[in-house]
Amino acid sequence: MSVLVFAETSEGKFKKSAFEVTSYGKKVAEQLGTNVVVLAINANDAKLLHKYGAEKVLIVNNPSLKFNAKVVADIIKQAAEKESSTVIVVDSNANGLYVAPIAAVNLNAGYASNVLGLPSSTSPFTLKRKAFSSKASNFTQINTAIKVLSLSKNSFGLVENEVSGVVEEFSPAIVESNLTSVSIEQTSGKVTIADADIVVSGGRGLKGPENWGMVEELASVLGAATACSKPVSDLGWRPHSEHVGQTGKPVASNLYIAIGISGAIQHLAGINSSKVKVVINTDAEAPFFKAADYGIVGDAFEVVPKLVEKLKEFKANNA
Amino acid sequence: MKILVCISHVPDTTSKINFTENDSKFDSNGVQFVINPYDEFALTRAMWFKEKQGATITVVTVGNATTEPTLRKALAIGADEAIRVNAEAIDGFTVAKELAEVLKNGGFDLVLAGKESIDYNGGMVPGMLATLLDYNFVNACVGLEIEGDKASIQREIDGGKEILSANLPLIIAGQKGLVEEKDLRIPNMRGIMMARQKKLTVVEPSVNENATSSVSFEKPAAKSACKIVDNVDELISLLHNEAKVI
Ligand SMILES: Cc1cc2nc3c(=O)[nH]c(=O)nc-3n(C[C@H](O)[C@H](O)[C@H](O)COP(=O)(O)OP(=O)(O)OC[C@H]3O[C@@H](n4cnc5c(N)ncnc54)[C@H](O)[C@@H]3O)c2cc1C
Ligand SMILES: Nc1ncnc2c1ncn2[C@@H]1O[C@H](COP(=O)(O)O)[C@@H](O)[C@H]1O
Repeated sequence: MSVLVFAETSEGKFKKSAFEVTSYGKKVAEQLGTNVVVLAINANDAKLLHKYGAEKVLIVNNPSLKFNAKVVADIIKQAAEKESSTVIVVDSNANGLYVAPIAAVNLNAGYASNVLGLPSSTSPFTLKRKAFSSKASNFTQINTAIKVLSLSKNSFGLVENEVSGVVEEFSPAIVESNLTSVSIEQTSGKVTIADADIVVSGGRGLKGPENWGMVEELASVLGAATACSKPVSDLGWRPHSEHVGQTGKPVASNLYIAIGISGAIQHLAGINSSKVKVVINTDAEAPFFKAADYGIVGDAFEVVPKLVEKLKEFKANNA
Repeated sequence: MKILVCISHVPDTTSKINFTENDSKFDSNGVQFVINPYDEFALTRAMWFKEKQGATITVVTVGNATTEPTLRKALAIGADEAIRVNAEAIDGFTVAKELAEVLKNGGFDLVLAGKESIDYNGGMVPGMLATLLDYNFVNACVGLEIEGDKASIQREIDGGKEILSANLPLIIAGQKGLVEEKDLRIPNMRGIMMARQKKLTVVEPSVNENATSSVSFEKPAAKSACKIVDNVDELISLLHNEAKVI
């Protein structure tokens, strides 16, 4: 028995979520009285995972291997069989969510997505997960011998747990796939909503795309990603990839700052899992104030530039 | 081209979420059910193929009789026929297996689904279905073009886009981008009338065990009131000292 974690890399470096799923996998393994094995593909420094409790790292070194969900899911299956894993954990990034259902079918396993924490019981194996776009949570029981789960981002956090582990080379067979990656367009240099600890988001209250300069400046001072409400992307003021909410991207950041966003139920559904929410809105009656932790009733065009200025001072003093 | 669109029947996005029977069941009292928003994007893209390139559209749902108005709505929008697999949709794996049965007999070239159902937020069914059938599968699809039996697909990735190509048959899990918001259609009177005549076939389920089951639900704990602050200095200090997020 073992718990198998898939730790995702990007250009050789682990994503932050890789450390979170490793931390999580280690604790699940403890609950089950077993060990955690972490699988990583083309990672430069596999040893980094020991800090989060990885007793064993399986490393696939194959530079010609580009991400293909079917191929990666099959590698996960081979690793799970080799390590007799009964629980497989992936993250909730785009690739993790792509791979998990495929791996589940390959392993004839029940799959629970959007998992919010450690199993509340290991027999039956029961997990709390997000449901109804974070308007509620659901306890799901997995009935199969092998279980696949995807951990909701930032729901467990990084837990340091240094172990002296081993790194083992793993050379799985590579399955054929006639789904070909033609190209990748990366929005360069920007923090993505999926990776961000802080997200700064603008709504229709900002009046037009020409006013996003201050939003971007605020995001850059905070090292944050930028986001927007649905009408803002529908109007073409901002790209679709920034649309957050029930029908957009979910946000599970540590801090979410909403500027000129009313706080409609569909918007809140997507950002509820953020830990701390701040609202800046002229209308004290805007529903967002009911969902937020901190609020400023005021005009964004006055508040945001001031906030940028003061944050710059704050950053300079606290550097 | 024969297209299958997988429709999940979900509470409208404005619904208040409540539970009954000791928080073990969703309370559908007074709740309006709709086509899952992502599936609406998929259906709209299917309509585009139908009108521009020639295609027939079948919609399918796994659900009990209460889901039929949702299927009729899809027919009113322009789908040609509907299939309902008469089973309660409890577990994504089971739903995928039921849909795989429908596909085995259907000769479909393209299957369009949504990236997740907004009720259980599984994000499971399309990927599982594709794997059961060994079809090509693209998740989080934000663009799709078909020429002959070749597809060019855009997938959203963290911080960008990936362009992929594949042969049909293909299953995609779509979202906004596949079509735009403004392209979504509201059924008109003629569509609604015609939908009544269209074929809706009910098939009995073939799977009888669930890989997962729902035990209970929980609503988030009530939140403490929002602290209204007067100026940005105070906000920065609270975020730093109290919330410890900057
Ligand atoms: C099926 C469906 C799905 C949906 N999914 C989503 C979703 O995923 N995400 C989403 O965001 N929405 C979604 N919506 C839309 C949602 O219902 C709201 O319409 C939308 O969130 C409103 O966007 P907004 O807050 O930017 O704009 P508005 O509601 O127009 O609010 C603008 C706010 O800005 C404030 N304001 C105005 N001027 C200023 C100023 N100078 N300074 C500060 N504040 C100012 C106003 O007081 C107001 O509160 C969905 C709707 C439907 C029907
Ligand atoms: N009961 C169902 N019947 C038909 N299609 C479904 C059903 N449930 C989910 N789907 C499809 O699978 C997609 C993802 O759903 P889910 O895996 O439930 O999050 C949905 O957007 C639908 O296209």
